[in-house]
Amino acid sequence: MRPAPPTGPSAAACSLQSPLLGSARARGSSRRFWLAAALSALAGWGCKESKPDATAGSSTNPPSAAASNEIVIGHYGSLTGNTAHFGQDTDKAIRLAVDEVNAAGGVLGKKVRVVTLDDRGDSAEAANAVTRLIDVENVNTIIGEVASSLSLAGGRVAQRRQVPMISPSSTNPKVTQVGDYIFRVCFLDPFQGKVMADFAHDTLKFERVAILKDVKNDYSIGLADAFKAAFTARGGQIPVEQSYSAGDTDFSAQITAIKAANIQGLYVPGYYAEVGAIARTAQRLGVKVPLMGGDGWDAPDLFQIGGDALNGSFYSNHFAPDAATAKSQKFVSDFKAKYGQEPTGLGALGYDAAGVLFEAIRAGGKTDRAGIREALTHVKNFEGVSGTISINANRDADKSAVIVAIEGGKGKYRATVKP
Amino acid sequence: MSEFLQQIVNGLSLGSIYALIALGYTMVYGILKLINFAHGEVFMMGAYAGYYSAGWLGVRGYEASGVGFPLFLALAVLCFSMASVALLGVSIEALAYRPVRSAPRLTPLITAIGVSLFLQNAAMLIFSPNPRRYPAILAEVRFELGGVILTNIKLAIFAVAMLLMLGLHLLVQKTWTGRAMRALSMNADAARLMGIDVNATIRATFAIGSALAAAGGILFGLDQITINPLMGVLTGLKAFVAAVLGGIGNIPGALIGGVLIGLAEQLTAGYISPDYRDAITFVILILVLLVKPEGLLGVVRQEKV
Repeated sequence: MRPAPPTGPSAAACSLQSPLLGSARARGSSRRFWLAAALSALAGWGCKESKPDATAGSSTNPPSAAASNEIVIGHYGSLTGNTAHFGQDTDKAIRLAVDEVNAAGGVLGKKVRVVTLDDRGDSAEAANAVTRLIDVENVNTIIGEVASSLSLAGGRVAQRRQVPMISPSSTNPKVTQVGDYIFRVCFLDPFQGKVMADFAHDTLKFERVAILKDVKNDYSIGLADAFKAAFTARGGQIPVEQSYSAGDTDFSAQITAIKAANIQGLYVPGYYAEVGAIARTAQRLGVKVPLMGGDGWDAPDLFQIGGDALNGSFYSNHFAPDAATAKSQKFVSDFKAKYGQEPTGLGALGYDAAGVLFEAIRAGGKTDRAGIREALTHVKNFEGVSGTISINANRDADKSAVIVAIEGGKGKYRATVKP
Repeated sequence: MSEFLQQIVNGLSLGSIYALIALGYTMVYGILKLINFAHGEVFMMGAYAGYYSAGWLGVRGYEASGVGFPLFLALAVLCFSMASVALLGVSIEALAYRPVRSAPRLTPLITAIGVSLFLQNAAMLIFSPNPRRYPAILAEVRFELGGVILTNIKLAIFAVAMLLMLGLHLLVQKTWTGRAMRALSMNADAARLMGIDVNATIRATFAIGSALAAAGGILFGLDQITINPLMGVLTGLKAFVAAVLGGIGNIPGALIGGVLIGLAEQLTAGYISPDYRDAITFVILILVLLVKPEGLLGVVRQEKV
């Protein structure tokens, strides 16, 4: 619990609202929230240059939290909705990291507390959630989101209010270009596309690969472009490029056209639900080449939908649960013990985002927002469960990717590719 | 050549599913002059009814053991889904459309859109919005014929769709219920004067149309691998276009319209661009409305003033 909310001359007005608002704790803060939300909306639309109003919690002088005995981390993610799996896994891993650090005495002698808000996979909700984390929950720093479009929406608010934000797993290059308060602990799409292109050409010895991308998804388009550029630069050919739209269920026309092109592999940089159906369609229509993809494949539903049609396929990812480093093995077993399931790569990155944050606060010795931001820029060679993380001048992480091979309906670690 | 034939085969199977759904639109329109926009959601509910009933009958166990799901259980799934969704269709009619039946025609139309949105969101709440893989109610067997890959599922889609449409034809032409339906679509007032139970006939129409959509839902799930609560939106619209193309209110027209839309969609996706696969359906709708608004098999009816 944080200290009692400040009450002032308006206490009488607050008590009038209390039957509606429920708990006494909610009173002051929710009133402040509405005020702050209104003001921040005004600040956003009306006067972008001006500093946020003092009433809305000035960034240079954050109230109560910094002076208190705890460090508050805000996490916003999709706990419900179409990508619920992404947010839930990340949140579980962050909470695991926080429990561990608290059990070891906290950071700088202070306990760490996480506040999680659901954005339902919607970018307007993501911006609202970040505003609420800053104004109502008064967080020291923010972790979020998985999907790049949501990190962009939330990141703009965090940047304007000058609260440091770490995206655990958004790979689109634009995310950290929002401003100097936005960081990430994962690699970028141009690297991920190149990793798979190199693997296809050098290890699998493919010369002819087709691409099937989701034209409604920036992530998919970016990854397809990166793959194509790297693969053709190595002398490979892309004889056919087909597309689909997120939500499609029929892929037989595309697969039939691809089949006619006589290819050795098929690159499908999409999200897991469509990829599973594409794999089954390819199997049904007699396309017997391996499929390849990116970290958007990383969900148990991929195997639930794709089944044995995915055997022999490969995808690039941040992390493989079965890769052997002492730290990642411990993470996997702790996660299993606590939640009864195996973590995905997104969980590993959520855990690492929290780890990088603790490391920065320890090294910098400060818990205020500007101090944490400054300390984050100096993080070098942090040993995370998803690899070694160094924050570079663009506030991105330079780190390696893994290639996962699918065998017997399960992902198996195949190789690590250094940047 | 084999690529072209493959696209034709895929288009035909997709088209016969559209035809099954289009029949529901066309029957209801023929009798009530109402475009039942909730019909796409009825189709979606049929797919989910099949998904869950197959689960209760232990389809996952059969899948895991590699033994095919027995045919009589598959037929039980089909019957259960058709029956439960027929009940849903009748309830929709009784709760949403009957109270506004005598209101101006715009009122039931907007009610239909409301029912459609209600069912979509209820499905997301109950079934979760995540796409689900359809269980192998029919174990897939593949065989090749001159470079074209055929599966028993595609053949079953043709067979089931054709059998159901033949059954519907017999029902409409040879039974008293069918005769009452035809009488009602010609002139509702005269039919009532002849002693036809209008409510019972409309109920039967909704029950039959919904049951056919439910069968379409199960076939769609088998053919397209995954189902989700929003699958009825676009599929329903395309089936509606198929009904308009064939001549709305006309049962053989719905069959021809469905197959033509399925072929047009598949060939556009294969030879022009998959980005235009949905657009082509609506281009056809616009062309039909401009050139032959009564549809391919429709007849122009003189509106009496």
